[in-house]
Amino acid sequence: MAAALSPAAAPKGAVSLRSVGKVYAAPGGDVVAVEDWTLEIGAGEFVAVVGPSGCGKTTLLNGIAGFDPITSGEIVLDGKRIASAAVPAKPGADRVVVFQNGALFPWKTVVDNVAYGPIVQRRSSRAEALREARTLLARVGLRDVADAYPSRLSSGVQRRVEMVRALINEPKILLLDEPFRALDATSKAVMHEELLKLYDASHTTVFFITHDLDEAIFLADRVVVSTTRPARVKAILRVDLPRPRDFRMTASSDFLALKAQVADVVHQEAEKAFRRGERELA
Amino acid sequence: MSTQAVPGTAPVGARAARRARWRGLANVHAIRGAAGILAFLALWQIGVLLHLPVVAKVPAPLEVARAAAGLLHDPRYYVDWAVSFRRVAIGFVIAQVLGVPLGLVMGWKTTFRYVTFPIFEVLRPIPPLAWVPLSIVFWPTTEQSIIFVIFLGAFFTTVINTMSGVRALDDRYVRAAISLGASPATIFRRIIFPGALPSIFTGMAVGMGITWSVLVAAEIIAGRSGLGFFTWEAYVGGAFPTIIVGMVSIGVAGYLASSSIRLVAKRVMPWTSRL
Repeated sequence: MAAALSPAAAPKGAVSLRSVGKVYAAPGGDVVAVEDWTLEIGAGEFVAVVGPSGCGKTTLLNGIAGFDPITSGEIVLDGKRIASAAVPAKPGADRVVVFQNGALFPWKTVVDNVAYGPIVQRRSSRAEALREARTLLARVGLRDVADAYPSRLSSGVQRRVEMVRALINEPKILLLDEPFRALDATSKAVMHEELLKLYDASHTTVFFITHDLDEAIFLADRVVVSTTRPARVKAILRVDLPRPRDFRMTASSDFLALKAQVADVVHQEAEKAFRRGERELA
Repeated sequence: MSTQAVPGTAPVGARAARRARWRGLANVHAIRGAAGILAFLALWQIGVLLHLPVVAKVPAPLEVARAAAGLLHDPRYYVDWAVSFRRVAIGFVIAQVLGVPLGLVMGWKTTFRYVTFPIFEVLRPIPPLAWVPLSIVFWPTTEQSIIFVIFLGAFFTTVINTMSGVRALDDRYVRAAISLGASPATIFRRIIFPGALPSIFTGMAVGMGITWSVLVAAEIIAGRSGLGFFTWEAYVGGAFPTIIVGMVSIGVAGYLASSSIRLVAKRVMPWTSRL
């Protein structure tokens, strides 16, 4: 192992979402959360999905992660069907999720958190997993916090640790559910660059959910605009800004031109969602 | 990239300085606490000397101190301490050993909870002391029945707190563990249990308090020894200052027991400490 975060790791994790649908049974009748959602994600690609809160983005991510079953269509990962109405949902360490509010285990130190995956999967001995965790933390500048408990760290550092905890497993795809939602704008900008460093180093496929269009464009290779409920693919924007990217790009004319292409669509969906005033689903 | 400073951590020097300042504060708190106790004793003594209503019937602190000084040479007094501590320790430990696993499973497994919880809801409101007559009947020795009643005092609190600790645990920790490849057994041991620990210790602290009040009453009803019996015997013998010595001893014993739980909690859960 130890290939995590090294450029030697070959890109992997092509994901096909084919007419994915999700219907929730609710007291007042069935609710269609996601409908006919189709997207091909290439191996090593960074895809960001933008849409208003409650539009079914998280439902989609939970479908890929295997937390919730989908009710129609299928999801295929590297040729293997991982979810459909017939295949029961089953999470796996090849699809690691980083959650909205952060889910570092408060009772474990940073290094124990990072080594958790390899240890519970018995991929390596405890000592070896801990050594590798320290190496990875040092490589991303987190050597000094390795022995601290998460509650002692700022939420930005916590989120970086969580990213490392995910990447040490060399997942085929990294699923990020609005991981920077709770951060202020300035920390967010720093975190974007940190995330891109990790992405450039690991070449892991990334599925990133957000309601922030700027964030999506800055990070992703492709931005998918999803409609308000039921979620459908409304528009796809290819972002050909060169990598590595730095925060100054967000003020460049190329960036603004890209933003102009989908800003209207995103705004329309946000308005629709606002007018309906519905509560967020799952 | 590897040498950059990490935001959110204080340099070691600053941390040490902060710790020293806290230690200073702790001393200030201790001095204030001692001053409060002394002032209370002084008011009590003055109240007795002035023959204030009600207070005049209470032995004055100096009398109590004299009685206590006499008891310090009496080995029976120490035996009463030891006997009471032993009863509390045995009853309390059995309550934890049985209650924590039961509470964990009740919180984790919905079906099991639905089956067992109603039993608890009916048994829990019964005050432990209401069990005394029955337990004297069905336990062969008085000692066992006292320990059983103490056990009951801590048991229900332990189970309920452990269970709610598990239920209050945020689902995202479990999901994160699943996502990282943990098996259900690992999740139970490594996520559910540590996640519920703060609640478990809250239950222990509350349960320990209940334990002492139950102990004293049980010793008065059924005992032939212990601090509760000591206090009662002083009353029967008309040694009023000794009653107060017994009461204060029980207070100190309860305080020591609760502090040791807080100490253990700090040791076991280093992540919850503020500094």
